[in-house]
Amino acid sequence: MVVDTIKMKSLSDRLAAEEVAGRSLWADARHRFLRNKAAVAGLFILILIGLFALFGNYIAAWSNEELDFTVMGQVAELGGPSFENGHYFGTDDLGRDLFARTVQGTRISLMVGIVGSLIAVIVGTLYGATAGYVGGRTDNIMMRTVDILMSIPYMFVLILLLVMFGRSIAMLFIGIGLISWLDMSRIVRGQTLSLKHKEFIEAAQATGVPSFTIIRRHIVPNLLGVVAVYATLLVPLMILTESFISFLGLGVQEPLTSWGALISEGAGTINYGTLWQLAFPLFFFIITLFAFFFVGDGLRDALDPKDR
Amino acid sequence: MISYIAKRLAIAVPTLLLLIIVSFLLMHAAPGGPFTQERALPPQVLANLEAKYGLDQPLWKQMANYVWGIVAHFDFGPSFIYKDRTVNEIIAQGFPVTLTYGSLSFLLAVLVGVSLGVAAAIRHNSWLDYLAVGISIGAQVLPNFVMAPILVLVFTLWLRWLPGGGWEGGQWQYIVMPVIALSTSFMASIARITRSSMLEVLNSNHIRTARAKGLPERKVILRHALKPAMLPVISYLGPAFVTMITGSVVVDIYFSTGGIGKAFVDSALNRDYAVMMGVTILVGALTILFNLVVDILYAWIDPKIRY
Amino acid sequence: MLNKLLLTTALTVGLALPSVAANVQPGETLAENQDYTYWLLDAIKSMDPQINTDVEGSGVLRALFEGLYNEDQVGGLVPGVATGYELSDDKTTYTFHLRDNAKWSNGDPVTAGDFVYAWKRLADPATASEYAWYMELMQVVNAAEIIAGEKPVDELGVTAIDDHTLEVKITAPLPYFPKMLTHASTFPVNQKVIEQFGDKWTEPGNLAGNGAYVLKEHILGEKVVMEPNPEYWDNENTILQKVTALTINDENAALTRYLAGELDRTQVPAGQYPRLKAEYPDEAISVPQSCSYIYMFNLDKDKGPEALKDVRVRKALSYAIDRDIIVNNILQGGQAPSYNWTHAATEGFEMPEIDYASWTQADRTAKAKELLAEAGYGPDKPLDLTLNYNTSEAHKKIAIAVQQFWKGVGVNLTLNNMEWKVHTDKMQNQDFEIARYAWCGDYNEASTYLDLFTSYSGHNNGKFFSEDFDKLMKDSKTAENPAPLYKEAEQILAAEMPFAPIYQYTKVEMIKPDIKGAGLTNLMQNWYLKDMYRVAN
Repeated sequence: MVVDTIKMKSLSDRLAAEEVAGRSLWADARHRFLRNKAAVAGLFILILIGLFALFGNYIAAWSNEELDFTVMGQVAELGGPSFENGHYFGTDDLGRDLFARTVQGTRISLMVGIVGSLIAVIVGTLYGATAGYVGGRTDNIMMRTVDILMSIPYMFVLILLLVMFGRSIAMLFIGIGLISWLDMSRIVRGQTLSLKHKEFIEAAQATGVPSFTIIRRHIVPNLLGVVAVYATLLVPLMILTESFISFLGLGVQEPLTSWGALISEGAGTINYGTLWQLAFPLFFFIITLFAFFFVGDGLRDALDPKDR
Repeated sequence: MISYIAKRLAIAVPTLLLLIIVSFLLMHAAPGGPFTQERALPPQVLANLEAKYGLDQPLWKQMANYVWGIVAHFDFGPSFIYKDRTVNEIIAQGFPVTLTYGSLSFLLAVLVGVSLGVAAAIRHNSWLDYLAVGISIGAQVLPNFVMAPILVLVFTLWLRWLPGGGWEGGQWQYIVMPVIALSTSFMASIARITRSSMLEVLNSNHIRTARAKGLPERKVILRHALKPAMLPVISYLGPAFVTMITGSVVVDIYFSTGGIGKAFVDSALNRDYAVMMGVTILVGALTILFNLVVDILYAWIDPKIRY
Repeated sequence: MLNKLLLTTALTVGLALPSVAANVQPGETLAENQDYTYWLLDAIKSMDPQINTDVEGSGVLRALFEGLYNEDQVGGLVPGVATGYELSDDKTTYTFHLRDNAKWSNGDPVTAGDFVYAWKRLADPATASEYAWYMELMQVVNAAEIIAGEKPVDELGVTAIDDHTLEVKITAPLPYFPKMLTHASTFPVNQKVIEQFGDKWTEPGNLAGNGAYVLKEHILGEKVVMEPNPEYWDNENTILQKVTALTINDENAALTRYLAGELDRTQVPAGQYPRLKAEYPDEAISVPQSCSYIYMFNLDKDKGPEALKDVRVRKALSYAIDRDIIVNNILQGGQAPSYNWTHAATEGFEMPEIDYASWTQADRTAKAKELLAEAGYGPDKPLDLTLNYNTSEAHKKIAIAVQQFWKGVGVNLTLNNMEWKVHTDKMQNQDFEIARYAWCGDYNEASTYLDLFTSYSGHNNGKFFSEDFDKLMKDSKTAENPAPLYKEAEQILAAEMPFAPIYQYTKVEMIKPDIKGAGLTNLMQNWYLKDMYRVAN
């Protein structure tokens, strides 16, 4: 999984190329976005998943940590999906309700994805914008630093961090977020650099528009498109990273769970006649990743219309 | 060009140093040490052990000794857990394994990914295109730790075609599943990148010119479109390399291949300081080298880039 | 000589048995194929007997080396390199007689000097062995001082009287001393080979052992291959011709490969035993193993939580655990619910009367609620505690279940999963409230368990101290029959409840039905490759 750099480049080129009169760009984009069937479907799925995460536990007949002693010990025979005993998605190996656990895992995974990508976007934007705006030597040093950091095998450092500080959600957010800000900072820096010298900015400066207004009226709307698209496309990457961490057993603490933890548990017991333990979490995982992907792609195409 | 390479290599030194310092400090800050075990060692035994491995010295001195050992003798020290082995031996045994299945995966991913991407772009909006896009998105989101047990289930337990793991010096039967499990995800990424970049190029002016000149489509694509369309694929290879190293952890765990991915995770969990540092430095150095190769390749293909 | 031995001490009775190599039963025919492949969870850390620390490594070492004694199929002592011994009247000097036909795989004879060298090497601070404490546990004269660096290595109480006579002096009588000699860290090593190859002496080709097998191949993290040692004194009775140990880090993957026919023996993951037993009745086995699983309470004066200092709370917590659910519905491998510390099948151990063992779970839970109320905890003053456990599917499942059991009596338990090194580090620094713990016996005798809760034990991480308990354990060392003292000690543990016992281990495995002699009836689960063979179907 990777964010398609060529399309990102094209998008940022376009958003830097002309004056974006805040309203019309977004109005056009919305119009185009709504005509993109895949993107709309993706958005619709994301809304459903969001509702599932928020309100799913009101439908669940069990909590995410209760043990169903009638099922426990015979999960392969009795723990399958069933409406009679209220385990709509079946149970896990201990007889805990998989529906409730999927709801709760969805919350954690979405949270990790969204918070992680926000951290990446905020750090990356601030860093890149500073480097681009200040320019000169500072820019040089800052971007060399990014080059150096790019060569560090982050997954290794993340594993070390989790081993060292123990497992906590906060650590996971920070660790995962810090993996991905580097690309963002490069894109934003380039964007800022080219914006700085654009005629419409220089014209605004010449007519005495205050810098704050310039930033608010001209720079932010131009950056916003790139940032929004990048953030959307980062979410699935963050969710994937979290799932790998969970696979290594360094994810969130019980009784909390995540898609990654559920999937890796289900995949381990794939041969033991409890396939639903893999199927349900994996289904949610995949459609969500698909949806984010289509929405991000659609958003980008909407902001950067080309015949594709 | 040469001065550019020299500059990049010069940056590699502080990068590796930073990597060494960060991982060294993190590792030593982690609770427990290599000799922490269920049966607490009597203090005098622990003291003897720490003296033997130099852990009784101040941290900065340990780090200095370590770096000096590497620089002066290319010696990464002894393993603290696998006491019959040195880090050099552990890496010499595990790295060729990772390199073998890793480079095969890489090759497969690039070949299949590029072909799929080009085919999809040429037949834009056809069933082939949709199929390629569908497969590539699907393959990208299927984690390899799900892929691996499914492969074993199908090929080992049901069909009995392939052994469920092991390496046996790299015989082909033992390589097939690791390579499939590792390559699918970036094969899919490459296909997707190739497709969009190819579409971009096919719409560009110089291709229109080429077509207008009446060149056959085959020639247009192979001669004029493929090369510029490869640029984003090449710049993706850098991050792909890192993803692959990460994926090797999963492959080593499921297929018992004995590569360095597992060695790293084990060493971090066992506090095998020397092995952990050794593998981190190796992977860091490879990442730097690989990124450099990618940049050179990029410059070679794209005549616009001057250094 | 045999008569003399029998006169000297009753302990030698078991030694009168002939040495059993592969003991093919009448009516069994050997299979053509005598290859055997088994599963290792992890890479073997070291092939050096004095450096190795783990159980899997010991299994390989028992094939490559041979100590003074071996164990038979039920765990009784049988002669290894030693053919017999005499014990002095004060019970502190052992004189072992070594067989004169024992040889190293390079052809050198095995002498008493090899044992002296190995034992000194184990204690020597320069070796920095993590098992040096085993010499101390054996109470060999001066071992403690040598390990601490206070005396030179040469003063260790072990002497080669001649090539085939070994004398060992211990500081105090130790009834189970001979049983300790089957441990891998006491195996002899060849000084010449170690000095010749240095750190590389354990590589295939270099390694000289005196066991029934030689090391052919050792690829770290992938496999170990062994073949019979033609120089071994009893080589004609060695049957398995090629033994391969494969490292597979994932037990589910290992089971899949067993089912695909790639392994002859593997472990059954928690909860899979009933299904496998139904499907493969001759292959799935569950046999007792000498380990005990507990939740240890931190009673440390400063670091332990206030609530746990109240014995009523400790009892309530122990009572509230439904052990039957844990063994029958979670582990499902024939494990026994446990209400005491020592594994019930330990030789010579008599189970004391423990009150709550015979209650129903409803009674226990009711009593737990009552005790908690008495101690002042209830709905308006809930008890909050934290449990530490290390990463493992089975530990996690038990922890989750216990969390629910305790919730039922009004205790909020926070689960704190950490990886192994952190867990151990925190336990050893009393940085925990309740911690998962398990102990496996070093030898088949109750003191290996009970010594742990003495005030002078290095492993008493919960810092439970009882003078009565200490006294009982000290007296047991010299007692003619220690069993009643052990019984009393267990009763103190049940009354003070410094930990909640949970279950006693079984070894749950899949093993191909044609493999015989795997030592399944040995509580210590020590198997010897030389005793194993395949029968024809």
